[in-house]
Amino acid sequence: MSGLGIPSRGYGGPRPGTFLPRRRSLLARGLERGGLLRSWDWLLILGTLALTGIGIMLVWAATAPGLEQAGADPHTYLKKSILWAVLGAALMFVVASIDYRRFRRWTPYLYGASLLLLLAVLTPAGQSVNGAKAWIALPGGFQIEPSEFAKLGLVLSTAAIMSRHRDIGRPSTGRPSLKAAGLAILAAAPLILLVEREPALGVMLVLVFTLIVMIVVSGIRLYWVVAGAAIAAGGSYAVVRAHLLKGYQLTRLTAFLHPQANLTGAGYNGYEAKIAVGSGGLHGQGLFHGTFTGGNFVPSVQTDFIFTVAGEELGFVGCAVIIGLLAFIVYRAIRIAWRTDDMFGMLVAAGVAMWFTFQSFVNIGMTIGIMPITGLPLPFISYGGSAIFADMIAIGLLQSVRRHHTLFESARLPF
Amino acid sequence: MIPASRRRLAVLYLIVAAMIAALGGRLWYVQVMSGPQLKTLADANQTRDIVVPAVRGGIVDDQGKALVTNQTAMVVSVNMMQLAQTTPDDGKAVLKRLAPLLHTSYRTLSEKTRLCTKGVKPPCWSGSPYQPIPVAQDVGDQTALQIMEEPKQFPGITAQVQPVVDYPMPDGANPAQVLGYLQPITQREMAKEHLAETGFAGDDLVGQAGLEAEYNSALTGRPGKRTVSVNAGGDVTGTVGETPPKNGDTLVTSLNATLQSDVQSVLNNAITKARHAGNSVNQGAAIVETTSGRVVAMASYPGYNPNVWTNGISENEFRYLFGGSSGEPILNYATQGEYAPGSTFKVTSTAAAVADGYSLDGTYNCPSNVSIDGQNFNNDGEPPLGALSFEQALIVSCDTVYYGLAYQMWQADDNKADFQANPNAPVQKMQRMELAWGFGKDTGVDLPEESTGNIPTRQWLYYLWKDNAHAGQNWCKNGSEYGSYVQRIEWQDCKSGYTWEPGQAAIAAIGQGYVDVTPLQLANAYAALANGGTLYKPRIGEALIAPSGQVAAKISPPVARHLPVSSYTLSYIRNALHGVVSNGAGTGYAAFSGYPENNGNYCVAGKTGTSQSFGKNASSVFASFSPCQHPKYVVLVMIPSAGYGADAAAPAVKQIYDDLYGLQGHKAALPGGRFPALPKKVHQ
Repeated sequence: MSGLGIPSRGYGGPRPGTFLPRRRSLLARGLERGGLLRSWDWLLILGTLALTGIGIMLVWAATAPGLEQAGADPHTYLKKSILWAVLGAALMFVVASIDYRRFRRWTPYLYGASLLLLLAVLTPAGQSVNGAKAWIALPGGFQIEPSEFAKLGLVLSTAAIMSRHRDIGRPSTGRPSLKAAGLAILAAAPLILLVEREPALGVMLVLVFTLIVMIVVSGIRLYWVVAGAAIAAGGSYAVVRAHLLKGYQLTRLTAFLHPQANLTGAGYNGYEAKIAVGSGGLHGQGLFHGTFTGGNFVPSVQTDFIFTVAGEELGFVGCAVIIGLLAFIVYRAIRIAWRTDDMFGMLVAAGVAMWFTFQSFVNIGMTIGIMPITGLPLPFISYGGSAIFADMIAIGLLQSVRRHHTLFESARLPF
Repeated sequence: MIPASRRRLAVLYLIVAAMIAALGGRLWYVQVMSGPQLKTLADANQTRDIVVPAVRGGIVDDQGKALVTNQTAMVVSVNMMQLAQTTPDDGKAVLKRLAPLLHTSYRTLSEKTRLCTKGVKPPCWSGSPYQPIPVAQDVGDQTALQIMEEPKQFPGITAQVQPVVDYPMPDGANPAQVLGYLQPITQREMAKEHLAETGFAGDDLVGQAGLEAEYNSALTGRPGKRTVSVNAGGDVTGTVGETPPKNGDTLVTSLNATLQSDVQSVLNNAITKARHAGNSVNQGAAIVETTSGRVVAMASYPGYNPNVWTNGISENEFRYLFGGSSGEPILNYATQGEYAPGSTFKVTSTAAAVADGYSLDGTYNCPSNVSIDGQNFNNDGEPPLGALSFEQALIVSCDTVYYGLAYQMWQADDNKADFQANPNAPVQKMQRMELAWGFGKDTGVDLPEESTGNIPTRQWLYYLWKDNAHAGQNWCKNGSEYGSYVQRIEWQDCKSGYTWEPGQAAIAAIGQGYVDVTPLQLANAYAALANGGTLYKPRIGEALIAPSGQVAAKISPPVARHLPVSSYTLSYIRNALHGVVSNGAGTGYAAFSGYPENNGNYCVAGKTGTSQSFGKNASSVFASFSPCQHPKYVVLVMIPSAGYGADAAAPAVKQIYDDLYGLQGHKAALPGGRFPALPKKVHQ
């Protein structure tokens, strides 16, 4: 520190060893560079909590009128969604406190658990809602939706496989080999197929796109990416030609192109949803003042179509805030990936980012007529315990990656 | 991290940004640019059209006394299915809460709502278990509001304005089959009549028979429409527009409640008496009609209580109404019963003979029997009465005179046509006259259910043979040349069922054999005889009165045709029928003993009829009109299987005249025999 024998140029502070170091507060120590509190991405937590809070309010506004009319407690969904949010937040902190590298070691078990959950849907414990057998009944009237946890299983297994050292083709480039990509696809296949069987088309698409993005981001050779894209294009063409998609899947996938054509059937949801969102205008009608979404015109309003409530009651301004918060969360997730030196952590963060992006885009897109109608919750906003738990665990993973990777201050974002 | 990953993460940034931009842009387009347009669409989605049901018009008698009333009342109903599903104690607690509101006890409520199953004694609910069970009518608005506003306290309990049908039965008048009944509209009827669906699905009542069906559209009125705005909870927040309903018209009928009630009990008593005399009677009809075609009373035995139709008919009640063992009370035997008219038919036979050239001044032999075509036809065991004029023949009702005339007319008719199987064969002379009096086809009365009866024309015989020789009754298969009596007839019918034989012609001339008429056809023919030859389509409805009290439509019996009989012949026959009652030798004399027959205001002319058909007791008919000069009323009683017309029907007809005119200490139903004008005040 201060040079010995070099003449002083004035008061340079107390000389070393003269005093004990100043005792700083616990908070200050936590907040200093490398401190415990600085390791958390507080902005991400803030964004998550803000979005969850908006979600709880929207679920309340969507369900209270109907419940009141039915003579039930109008706050039923409010209470339950608060409970799920609190439990989910606790889960997030627990997951964030665990070093993400432990998760890497646990990945086979976590992957197995998510697979078993999906298989349990096929047993008599599985329950159908709206034609999709996607739930497991638990004692006490609770239900689990395993497809939500399948996303976590897929992100972890793909990240783990793509980051194995022995699969790095040439150490000089650090690119994962094609074999690793094949293994990752093989591991993801049972999850994707089981979700497809439920059938939960929306979740399946999220899984597929997350898998693809993770493989691409892992740095695999570009020509493999191009070849894969060509195979995928040919394959989907063949699927459509060979009528491998179920009839209802095709009608739902194409109904959004002609919303007025089939109002009583597949087009109804999208048409009503679009009217609801559009009737909100710039400022919306105010919470609880949406006559449309509260009047049971839009189906599944507290789950898959929660965005219509936002559209009608909060208007463009409110919707922009929600999309902005979602974009912010995704931005933080990619930022974490960017700053992570470790392949596994980077892939987990990128996978979560893609999952949230794609799911939000499809969910919001279907209410404004640019995406087909598929059953899919809006992250953090839609009502549902399994969904919020899975989302919160994902945020916890992001936090864990950020908190435990070695070089989180080394890289700088270009923007 | 490898550089390739970092590059691709940067691309991912761009992709995410593009997706967000797409969402934002589309959102701006949907919400801000086309927002107003979609808002209009959304508003349209938030109004609901509610059909306001019109109050159905009632049916009243000629004095304005209500026979059917329709009111809307606030009805509290209990949906037991919902209660059983939503409450742990099958709704016990809910009913206990409900009882004091309805000022009744829990016990009464639970009795009203339990299902009538085996071992459960009434009171109990005999309707469908899925139907809400009405437990209280005419509930106050306050109570109704209390129930509707607390759905948590009263799950499965509804308070709704519903139509309530009532049958007041003034003076005991219950023309159930004439009035018909109401039943919830079926989907098919709804589609057929292009009716708007009201909110009260299944509560829309539609006339299913009788006057309720005949005048259904006028009685129904036109439902109104209320457009209401709906709030977030689907609750009604206000009225946007309203078209008031047009309530149904009230139907004034020419039925007289007092006389109707009397006619019913006279018919009942006559049938009871005939039963005591050992006849197996199970149906009958009585009709009072003006000579201008208005039905004043119409009774059909057995009757039933029309209240069984309200609040859902039970299986037992249904079986009673439609069951053969009970005599099928649902049928109106006055228009649907087909019976042999017996000697009352000699009136048309006389007219046919005169039209064929037989003189009213001539005499015709009345032996104790005549032989026609090798068959012996006797005069009901009477000794030979010698040469009789038509008048005398009608008074003593000599069968052999008409057998002889019919045989002679048959011989002079187109015999070639009698033996050919020809669907287009000409009608026989005598049967042509019978058709001209309105037999063999509908009278055209304003009731939907009516039978045609039978007149055995050659064409009718041809089709009878064609339908039954090798199909239907299958005579050719069942008949046998040397079998039982029935088998021998069937064998004969198989070979020559289409031929019009002289024996058939003879038996038809006295209203038997293949001849069948409905009581209303016979009454209507006698009305034409009485009024000088005008055959009307009878009418029960007299006028439709709008809810405002204005006469919406007057209904008069349309003229069907004029009898092809000269007024002299008609007056001759009328005079002869007066003799039936006034002459000591007349078949109706005994029944009218003590009746002021010589008083011109009350004088009755009529004809007895007794018809026998194979295997059955004789049917008893008396068809009459009064007063003898310038007749105003036709009274007819027809009771199959009740013995001689003079024994069962004629005394019943005399009692009806006693009631009509107010004789023998009876109260006059139509004082002075005057048919009343349209009532000033109508019960609505």
